[in-house]
Amino acid sequence: MAEKSARKSNDVLLHDHNHDGIDRRGFLKCMAWAGTGAFCVIQGGVLNSYSLSKLAEVGSMETRGELSFVQISDSHMGFDKAANPDVVSTLKAAIDKINALPQPPAFILHTGDITHLSKPAEFDTAEQLLKSASAKDVFYVPGEHDVLNDEGKQYLDRFGKGSKGAGWYSFENKGVHFIGLVNVMNLKAGGLGNLGQEQLEWLEKDLKHLSKSTPVVVFAHIPLWSVYPEWGWGTDDSAQALSYLKRFGSVTVLNGHIHQTMQKVEGNITFHTAASTAFPQPKPGSAPSPGPMKVPEEQLRSLLGVTDVNYVRGHHALAVTDSSLG
Amino acid sequence: MMRTTLYTCTGLFALALVIVAGMTILKRSVAAAESKPVSMTEIKIDNFSFTPASITIPAGTEVHWKNNDDIPHNVVSNDHTIKSKVLDTGDDFAYTFSQPGTYDYFCSIHPKMTARIIVH
Repeated sequence: MAEKSARKSNDVLLHDHNHDGIDRRGFLKCMAWAGTGAFCVIQGGVLNSYSLSKLAEVGSMETRGELSFVQISDSHMGFDKAANPDVVSTLKAAIDKINALPQPPAFILHTGDITHLSKPAEFDTAEQLLKSASAKDVFYVPGEHDVLNDEGKQYLDRFGKGSKGAGWYSFENKGVHFIGLVNVMNLKAGGLGNLGQEQLEWLEKDLKHLSKSTPVVVFAHIPLWSVYPEWGWGTDDSAQALSYLKRFGSVTVLNGHIHQTMQKVEGNITFHTAASTAFPQPKPGSAPSPGPMKVPEEQLRSLLGVTDVNYVRGHHALAVTDSSLG
Repeated sequence: MMRTTLYTCTGLFALALVIVAGMTILKRSVAAAESKPVSMTEIKIDNFSFTPASITIPAGTEVHWKNNDDIPHNVVSNDHTIKSKVLDTGDDFAYTFSQPGTYDYFCSIHPKMTARIIVH
């Protein structure tokens, strides 16, 4: 019952604050699952999602595919305040959840804010912990907390091999085209997330050679849709990026930053945000600021999570399932 | 004879102490006069905002920003000529505005946080 009303209230908010210039003819639906993580299954290029805590209720056909991967986000290594003074153990719990999946995921996407203060020791801890995950490849994009004080130099030294510009790149896996974008650099006063002209030009070129039937998964830290611009939860030039993706049959956009799971389907594009492995943030507009939500200890892990994505060729579905750590 | 020498030594030592102490106090007050700004003012960072969001100050005022949030912020002028390091919870940044003008600034980590300082 509580879950139902949470979805409803977010529907209202999202309708109020959409300024992302996307075609409205398509089916639009917004869901927010407070208290769960996300499990994603890609089936033939369309993304379906299930609450990971309700994974047992979902048939195995829906959750199996040719490709499955996990998204984690906002680990904030180094954060030590309420409601989570131990972000290491909650990242470990996320990794345990990944390692308990019936089939090891092909890889892990980390959608940024790996660290809290961009300190070398914080990066070291995250990398060290992720070595114990069943999936060995981790693909990162930076969050604003990963590029503090040095314009992202340290992030690039660690994770930027083979990337362009501030760290954007693309790769293919099982016929799915993955694109990691950076929208946390050169932020303008009063503005939102920012991709910048150089990256947009690169994106247009990167997509040009693909056939429209290629499933595309875009991942970036700050949401590429207007979740709540008043709190900076959106990206100023995302509409241009999304316009390049309109010709594709199936596009999935995975983001972090807002420390809660939300979904929206709009035309050919499905948007998801993942929970944080570190601390929850309030629902849009429900608090004076987007600062960390202080919750009782016993509730904390139900508000943190991992996202698992599974792709099945030919079924035209991409399923995302959120999993809470509790 | 021995006793007289001892008294003299003690007296000299005491005098030396007084001189050293006096010089230290003098030095301190000179240093304070040199670095003391015209005035000081504090801007608080709470709930992802700068308070007050707009202030008018005389030239030479030293402005302190203190971050009371659980999330790090920074202070960057829109033209990027003034830029603090990232301020974690409880950290402080100070800048003395010696030139009159309008200084718009923001948090480059959370750019929705904007504020203004007018110096005359």
